[in-house]
Amino acid sequence: MGSRFGRWIADRWVMGVALLVLGYLFLPIAVVIGLSFNRPSARNTYDFNEFTLDNWRNPCATSDMCDAVVRSAQIGFIATVVSTVLGTLMAFALVRHRFRGRAAINMLIFLPMATPELVMGTSLLSLFVAAQVPLGFWTIVIAHVMFCVSFVVVTVKARLAGMDRRLEEAAMDLYASEWQTFRRITLPLVLPGIVAAALLAFSLSFDDFIITNFNSATTVTFPMWVWGAAGRSIPPQVNVIGTAMFAIALLLVGASSLRGRRARRAALAVPVAAGRPAKRLS
Amino acid sequence: MTALAHVPTGSGQSASPPAPRRGRHRLLPYLLLLPGAAWLLIFFAVPLVQLAAASLYDPSGSVTTGYAMTGAVGNYPAALQEYWPQLVRSFVYTGIALVLALLMGYPLAYGIAQKAGRWKNLLLVSVVAPMFTSFLVRTLAWKTILSDNGWLVGLLRDVHLLGPDGRLLATAGAVVLGLTYNFLPFLVLPLYASLERLDPRMLEAASDLYASPLRAFQKVTLPLSMPGLVAGTLLFFIPASGDYINAELLGTPRDNMIGNVIDSAFLVKLNYPQGAALSFLLMAAILAVVFVYLRKAGTEEVL
Amino acid sequence: MRTMGHEAPAGDLRLANLTKKFGVFTAVDDLSLTIPQGSFFALLGASGCGKTTTLRMIAGLEEPTSGQVLLGDRDIARLRPYKRPVNTVFQSYALFPHLDITENVAFGLRRRGIRKVAEQVDRMLALVQLEGYGPRRPAQLSGGQQQRVALARALINHPQVLLLDEPLGALDLKLRRQMQIELKRIQTEVGITFVHVTHDQEEAMTMADTVAVMNAGKIEQLGAPADIYEFPATAFVANFLGQSNLLAGEASGTSGRDVLVSAHGGRFSVPAARARLARGPVFLGVRPEKLHLVATAAAVPAGHQHVGGVVTDASYVGVSTQYLVKTAWGSELSAFSANSGLGGQLPVGTPVVAHWDPRHAFLLPREPGEDDRTTPLLDEPVGVLP
Ligand SMILES: Nc1ncnc2c1ncn2[C@@H]1O[C@H](COP(=O)(O)OP(=O)(O)OP(=O)(O)O)[C@@H](O)[C@H]1O
Ligand SMILES: [Mg+2]
Repeated sequence: MGSRFGRWIADRWVMGVALLVLGYLFLPIAVVIGLSFNRPSARNTYDFNEFTLDNWRNPCATSDMCDAVVRSAQIGFIATVVSTVLGTLMAFALVRHRFRGRAAINMLIFLPMATPELVMGTSLLSLFVAAQVPLGFWTIVIAHVMFCVSFVVVTVKARLAGMDRRLEEAAMDLYASEWQTFRRITLPLVLPGIVAAALLAFSLSFDDFIITNFNSATTVTFPMWVWGAAGRSIPPQVNVIGTAMFAIALLLVGASSLRGRRARRAALAVPVAAGRPAKRLS
Repeated sequence: MTALAHVPTGSGQSASPPAPRRGRHRLLPYLLLLPGAAWLLIFFAVPLVQLAAASLYDPSGSVTTGYAMTGAVGNYPAALQEYWPQLVRSFVYTGIALVLALLMGYPLAYGIAQKAGRWKNLLLVSVVAPMFTSFLVRTLAWKTILSDNGWLVGLLRDVHLLGPDGRLLATAGAVVLGLTYNFLPFLVLPLYASLERLDPRMLEAASDLYASPLRAFQKVTLPLSMPGLVAGTLLFFIPASGDYINAELLGTPRDNMIGNVIDSAFLVKLNYPQGAALSFLLMAAILAVVFVYLRKAGTEEVL
Repeated sequence: MRTMGHEAPAGDLRLANLTKKFGVFTAVDDLSLTIPQGSFFALLGASGCGKTTTLRMIAGLEEPTSGQVLLGDRDIARLRPYKRPVNTVFQSYALFPHLDITENVAFGLRRRGIRKVAEQVDRMLALVQLEGYGPRRPAQLSGGQQQRVALARALINHPQVLLLDEPLGALDLKLRRQMQIELKRIQTEVGITFVHVTHDQEEAMTMADTVAVMNAGKIEQLGAPADIYEFPATAFVANFLGQSNLLAGEASGTSGRDVLVSAHGGRFSVPAARARLARGPVFLGVRPEKLHLVATAAAVPAGHQHVGGVVTDASYVGVSTQYLVKTAWGSELSAFSANSGLGGQLPVGTPVVAHWDPRHAFLLPREPGEDDRTTPLLDEPVGVLP
């Protein structure tokens, strides 16, 4: 019996530890969600005081915070579009073509991911200062595109490399021209990778603080606004934004996995009588 | 050689030459690469050169009056002399955080990859989900949790793990905890990816061949997860050692890391040569650690 | 039916001096052959001998290093794949994972601008016994079902030439036989030229009008299945298609209508019509089922030739018993004796005389110095070592 209990433990302790660690990962999230429904008792305290929906009804208590959120979204959108286009093109070149200088290009893509944000931020700042480029909205966009591109390349490349070349050959064999093959086979199959890359780029851009901090001058994004407020007092609405971002991301993930599952189920539901005698072609 | 029925073909000799490769195809990859590569060159590579140059400016200049390029190599020893404690602290904190993250992240990745069954995807999303809230908002939430009048401190004081005046916030421990927390998913994801590919039958084979669970882990699981472990460690280590948000929000100036120093050099003291020199020192230190680590780990192909 | 297909001028498929090199490695070596229109052509050969590469050059997926692919009088070797009236059933299916079965099957029709596809698709799915599977995705089908979809997807286009790269490899034996019959029926019905690559000799023999045996990028022999089996051209073919007992000997020329051979101290003869050569180093070949075992030389029928030996292995396989007979010089011959109910099994150790009708033997060229080539029983490891 002792050994059976030992076995039970041996089989499950890993999962137990894993769940504890997940709990650790979610602890601050729970606090953020909780605080978003909290009416602070006095300035600058975080104690749970009283349940309220005020923060949600009125998320823009401080108008400059909402401006910052909007600005972050704008920057994120532009940076996402640009970096996704640039990165996808590069991924196609790397996976689908042979050319000289591949190693150098791979290095150029890899290095930004291996360089601390701090170094990228300060070096870009020294460039802008030396070139006398005024800092602001567009320097932030430039910086964000720069650090997002590599992640896009890696994500799209993985998807593209995992794609069976023979599918494209089969399409060509079935009368699809190069363009039709790209349009009907390659693009749909790579699209999930491109979408994933775009979402990654947006979340990286929206959440970036360090690089933005060096290259923004007086332009305030949401993380910069929070940073500034952390020195003074944090309005509970910050937690509303945090919770909303969390919820939106979860909805996106949930919707995509649900769609996949629904499609699968629908297809399986079709009644099929396997092994029916073959009808003859007349 | 003796095939009987080969049909003679009339124009056997007129082997047509391979179709000429269209010029468009030769150029295409370069056209595809051009915009992205140009962006990275101009806004990543050139700035690094510029930063290198800035680190050699005459330190007596200023942003307003301009800097003279004097090749002042002395900026480096000067910066190191002044800020070596912060540099060392950065790596000590990151090192401790990394060990903690490995202790938590390995079971987590292994559990999801091998033991979670149909909950696998849900658990995997759960690892990434906390990252969806803003980095800063999460870190501020830790500030709440660790605060002196929070429930955690109260609980620890009640069970006498913490003295009556003991604190959690504004300690080195809080900074390490923040680093561990914020970069843990970067460690777990690559680790998960390589553990997921591990065929459970290999462990069965190992135990069939008289390996104890510990031995099986040591001889099979660990070596096979090495690429993920190496990649995850680097993805944790590189951003964590350059981070200064955790030190700023959860620590005191006594816990400052090199990032805090660089940040203030550029944005407060406006001492660009010093900030640039420190940035390069940080990068050199990281590269040195990474290089030694990869040599030891023996899996250079992760790069 | 035929109106749906391409109305290109009819024609045979001809490969002329077709060569494909991958770097220094020659995958297909100066291949020339003609496949008459409407015939069922099977390509057999060991793994890696260049079958798939040949098909890919016909389909346009691989550019030949040199040579021509002629369809009728047209050289199509440099046409893009989608310009060729040729379709392929891929070795790996290559179904489009993001399209359902209906759209997979309809893909070729749609690319040629055909709008009304439903009826044809349904008929095609019925043909491959997959009615009702239209809304599924490829990932939701078994391997064999996927293979049938690949077949339907190619067949629906009624190409002039259909290339099949081991299309039945993943099917169980019963379904495989069924599909073979279906394939053969479709082929005769619509008159499409089929080029069929397979590892299954039986499949090749039963289905094909013409079989080609490939080895290291070259065709070793090409002909009707029975001709190849009864009179192989090379030692490789003799042992690739079925098995053969090949005894090393020297042919000393023709005497009357026979070629005389001396081998292992014995003197044998083979009808000149069944000899690939009349002088020099040869293999004297006899198929195991043509080798009969009797107790003494006296029992050998008149006109038969014989060698003596000892039974070293007997395996009962139901329809027959397969014997290994060790000769005086140490080679092990195999002999299949039909299980017709007469006489018991010969126990191991029995001295026997193996005899054959010279009209069933054949003479093949042999490299000087090459010894006997006898195949051990395919599914029996015994007797491999001397
Ligand atoms: N793209 C390529 N580059 C280099 N070598 C190749 C390439 N494609 C095929 N080969 C080589 O050419 C030879 C013939 O390959 P092919 O695929 O035609 O074999 P096959 O006869 O179809 O074999 P199997 O029966 O296993 O399918 C093989 O030795 C293979 O390794
Ligand atoms: Mg093949």
